[in-house]
Amino acid sequence: MKEKYSEDHVVSTGTYTAVWLVLLVLLAATIAVARLHLLARFSVLGTLAIASIKAGLVLAFFMHLKYEGGFLKGMLAVVLSALTILIGMTFVDVWYR
Amino acid sequence: MSTETGHVDHLGKKMGMWFFLFTEILFFGGMFLLYAIFRSKYAQAFHAVAAEENLLLGTINTVILLTSSFTIALSIAAVKRGENILSSHLQLATILMGFAFLVIKVFEWNAKITLGLYPDSPLLLKRGKGEILFFGLYYVITGLHGLHVLVGCIVIAFMLFFTRRKTIDRGNYARLENTGLYWHFVDIVWIYLYPLFYLIT
Repeated sequence: MKEKYSEDHVVSTGTYTAVWLVLLVLLAATIAVARLHLLARFSVLGTLAIASIKAGLVLAFFMHLKYEGGFLKGMLAVVLSALTILIGMTFVDVWYR
Repeated sequence: MSTETGHVDHLGKKMGMWFFLFTEILFFGGMFLLYAIFRSKYAQAFHAVAAEENLLLGTINTVILLTSSFTIALSIAAVKRGENILSSHLQLATILMGFAFLVIKVFEWNAKITLGLYPDSPLLLKRGKGEILFFGLYYVITGLHGLHVLVGCIVIAFMLFFTRRKTIDRGNYARLENTGLYWHFVDIVWIYLYPLFYLIT
């Protein structure tokens, strides 16, 4: 019997180890970007982009989201959209006050 | 809880934790918003003062938290395979890393407080508005994050107890899985705090 939500799906140790190593490589990359000024004036955007890739990896593999159904993914998208709108509108308010 | 014939609501077991995490995203999101607004207003001061942060200690703490996320994820996989002993060792490792994170955090705070850099300190009040705001945000946000780490350690300690007692096992591990979700969330918050307070200089 195939379950819709593959709850008993066990992510392999190899996959977790690979994700952990990639996270450490990205950590080294973010230090390089910030301290060696690799991206010049885009270093702030660069470090935040790397942080988001790291967060995405943690969400997808460690938090199992990759293997979940559409409901949780959809809810997360709603929350992140709400946060983006909140931040965007506040900035518009502050800039054009 | 799960029987051969009974229906088990796998999604429902996790949904409550995810909904709680959604509120946590908005909670920390509000503080990130405050940081972003004041950073855009006092860009030069934030730029200069972030350089005073101890990059080495911040980086060590990042490695610790990323690794602790790795071990709690492995502990859940171990329970699903029926390896409770291995799982309990991995949970213990996670708790120890959580405490190591907090100890380093205490050293960092202590170094700043010794220098006279704490909210409302005479030294800090003499500095510019941007620096006062930076340190205010630093203490509030890392403090609340540290509190989350402490709570996580306590909850994992309970899970460790349950795993040893085998009330958490391969057929019943929702509590451990939800604890893991919380711990990973705390890790993600730090993934963003690290560049904001240590790197963007």
